[in-house]
Amino acid sequence: MQIDFLYWDGCPSHPEAMARLEAALARAGVDAQVRRRQVLSDDEARALQFPGSPTILIDGIDVQDAPVDAPVALTCRLYRTSDGLPSPVPDPATLDRAIQEALAR
Amino acid sequence: MTLQPGSALVPFSLPGVDGADHGPREGRLTAVVMWCNHCPYVQAWEDRLCAIARDHPQLDVIAVAANDAERYPQDGFAAMRERALAKDYPFAYVHDASQEVARAYGGERTPEVFLFDESGTLRYHGAIDDSHDPAGVTRQHLRDAVAALARGEAPEVATTPPVGCSIKWRV
Repeated sequence: MQIDFLYWDGCPSHPEAMARLEAALARAGVDAQVRRRQVLSDDEARALQFPGSPTILIDGIDVQDAPVDAPVALTCRLYRTSDGLPSPVPDPATLDRAIQEALAR
Repeated sequence: MTLQPGSALVPFSLPGVDGADHGPREGRLTAVVMWCNHCPYVQAWEDRLCAIARDHPQLDVIAVAANDAERYPQDGFAAMRERALAKDYPFAYVHDASQEVARAYGGERTPEVFLFDESGTLRYHGAIDDSHDPAGVTRQHLRDAVAALARGEAPEVATTPPVGCSIKWRV
């Protein structure tokens, strides 16, 4: 399993998101290396189609689809909890589901 | 330099999404809150700020949006109006297009609260409460500060680190 963790240092959510990702991997018993990549500029954000920080890709697939109108920019990313509430980080259920789907592929 | 507890209120008048100009009023308990549309931290705290405003009619809440709308069009004035209508904001939502007010307050984050007492003295600065996750809240910083001031007491906590998106300055 290949995991890419893209983040922008101007948004404070990435440490919490990384902790949640590591906890989800531990729950699933997955020992995967997480490749961290810091996005540094608007140009880089556009090149990566970066919908905000953090963005987590498992085998190239986003753990949560970005809204169609999501900006491609250096910004904090909007997630939705399983209850539909806005959040700056993916909730544990979202990460668990993404990992299980990757394991099933 | 960010305003610190004890600082005097910085007056302003800015256009609101309701078509009127808004600013701090003399003799009123006032929360000036750095705000915007797109930030997930703002959206996470949005319902709670609305509830605080509804629960405290003696409190004027003024949400100030200063983000560079050219780079972040979701934070432009038209989008602000749509957001305020959609969420039925019970507070003034004003546009700081020049970013002068945000700079004068030393705002850094959205959301970020500056709570002034009736004399115009800053009594609390920081986060609305201690968790972006409503289920994780253990300290209601803004509510507690408003309640303390209503009792004629100093807020037990006068500063907390604001947690949220950075204000998007024009470059």
